[in-house]
Amino acid sequence: MTAALSIQGLHKSFGELEVLRGIDLEVAEHEVIALIGASGSGKSTLLRCVNLIEPIDAGRILIEGDEITAKGVKVDRIRRRVGIVFQAFNLFPHMSVLDNVTLAPRKVLKLSRSEADAQAIALLERFGLAEKAHDVPDRLSGGQQQRVAIVRALAMKPDLLLLDEVTSALDPELVAEVLDVIRELAAGGMTMLIATHEMGFARDIASRVCFLDQGRILEEGPPSQIFAEPREERTRQFLNRIIEAGRL
Amino acid sequence: MDPEGVLSPPSGSVPPARATRGPRLGLGAEGARSLLIAIVSSIVFFGLIAYVVVNSAGWPRVQAQFLDAELFWASLPKVISKFWVNVQLFLIAEALILVFGLLLAVLRSMPGPVVFPLRLMATIYVDIFRAVPGVLVIIALGIGIPALRIEGVPKDEFFWAIVVLTLVYSAYVSEVYRAGIESVHASQSAAARSLGLSQLQTMRHVVVPQAIRRVIPPLLNDFIGLQKDTVLVSFIGVVEIFRQTQILTAANFNFTPYVATALVFLVVTIPLARFTDWLVIRERRKGQGGGSVAAADSGKRSRLRA
Repeated sequence: MTAALSIQGLHKSFGELEVLRGIDLEVAEHEVIALIGASGSGKSTLLRCVNLIEPIDAGRILIEGDEITAKGVKVDRIRRRVGIVFQAFNLFPHMSVLDNVTLAPRKVLKLSRSEADAQAIALLERFGLAEKAHDVPDRLSGGQQQRVAIVRALAMKPDLLLLDEVTSALDPELVAEVLDVIRELAAGGMTMLIATHEMGFARDIASRVCFLDQGRILEEGPPSQIFAEPREERTRQFLNRIIEAGRL
Repeated sequence: MDPEGVLSPPSGSVPPARATRGPRLGLGAEGARSLLIAIVSSIVFFGLIAYVVVNSAGWPRVQAQFLDAELFWASLPKVISKFWVNVQLFLIAEALILVFGLLLAVLRSMPGPVVFPLRLMATIYVDIFRAVPGVLVIIALGIGIPALRIEGVPKDEFFWAIVVLTLVYSAYVSEVYRAGIESVHASQSAAARSLGLSQLQTMRHVVVPQAIRRVIPPLLNDFIGLQKDTVLVSFIGVVEIFRQTQILTAANFNFTPYVATALVFLVVTIPLARFTDWLVIRERRKGQGGGSVAAADSGKRSRLRA
């Protein structure tokens, strides 16, 4: 069976700085991968590369066997199969919540407005946001905005969902509502790649945890192993710092 | 991470916004005093200017040449009747400029090598029409092209007046639009593209609508300029308010009609200027609420690239 996502020898630099230095990762369907690591270790860049927001320098990325980094691949076609949710939500401030969710289905998938609206309302209802459908994003709390951003990505029915530190910009009391949504998605079998600083959450939800260090996956394994008995010294140091900060 | 760090001024510097906001016509006990001082200083200042002007050697002659009350009232209805031509010029050119300027701005803002020739053409266009004085363009096109006597090319001055105003002002307006487009944070495009929207769809549905909202005040400012610059087309023989004023001035050997015309522009332009100010203030208030999301994201990205 082909992997939902396969990353092979991925390199990415910003000018002089090499942010990703040879990433190899296989993700099976329905797997939930947590990417952990210090700030600057390359987690976000990796996600942005998988979504082709950042062009890669070397290596290959395949989604269900299709190489998306090959020359001549229609980038827009790939992106609709891969959803991404950003740390800062990036909702469109000039549109209602409903229009935020339906824009891509209407313009990219060419759904009629009534079809797109019906689908969006159903999704918003599922995540307790139906009554906010006609508000603009600025009137919502951060947690609500991030849930809308997740719904917006889901409306494209992606094969793979990328979550880029989606709770890092939220007030602490708003984190839980967003994590609950992600838990529900995981239970529903959504394949996800999650960059996160929420170690407790990663331990609960991930089928596999990857520790990124200086642009490489230094260690990967089931959460029980990574968090309880990490093999690498640097993983241990990182987790110790997290524990000292009271985050695990 | 520290998103606030991106916006906060370097430590030790004086917050400039607060410093400039101090002396204004405020309310309260302090305010009453400030108001009194403002009134007195205004009376003294303008009184002094009036005194110098009225007591100057040439004042009686200037008064007769520029401020002939009888001629003023006689010429006012005549210049107003031709002002309608300026209003037509303005309204038609304005509509065309809004569309053409946006087209230029979008062309210049599109990334990628495929659209390079279009981007280059748009850039050259804007450079040329911002560099050459409008009067010269008006004369070149308004007189030069009809003089070629090419079959099917209109000779009507009004037509060429519209064309020239559109060409010249679109260059300016496209730069205003472009500033707006660039002010929309890159994360908005990233979000739109990540959903599968094409470059053009992203521009059309996400970037341009936000950009236009932000540039409405500077656009209005340009249109105040356009309103006044409609008088330039008098150079190619369109009989509008300025041409009419010149005719009246020549017929009476007196400059008072110019004063009447100036007054017409004042009456039309000042309300528009106040409206623009009001929009700027409203936009600034809104801007303070919505900036934090973009700031958080840029903080994140600069950290990644640092």
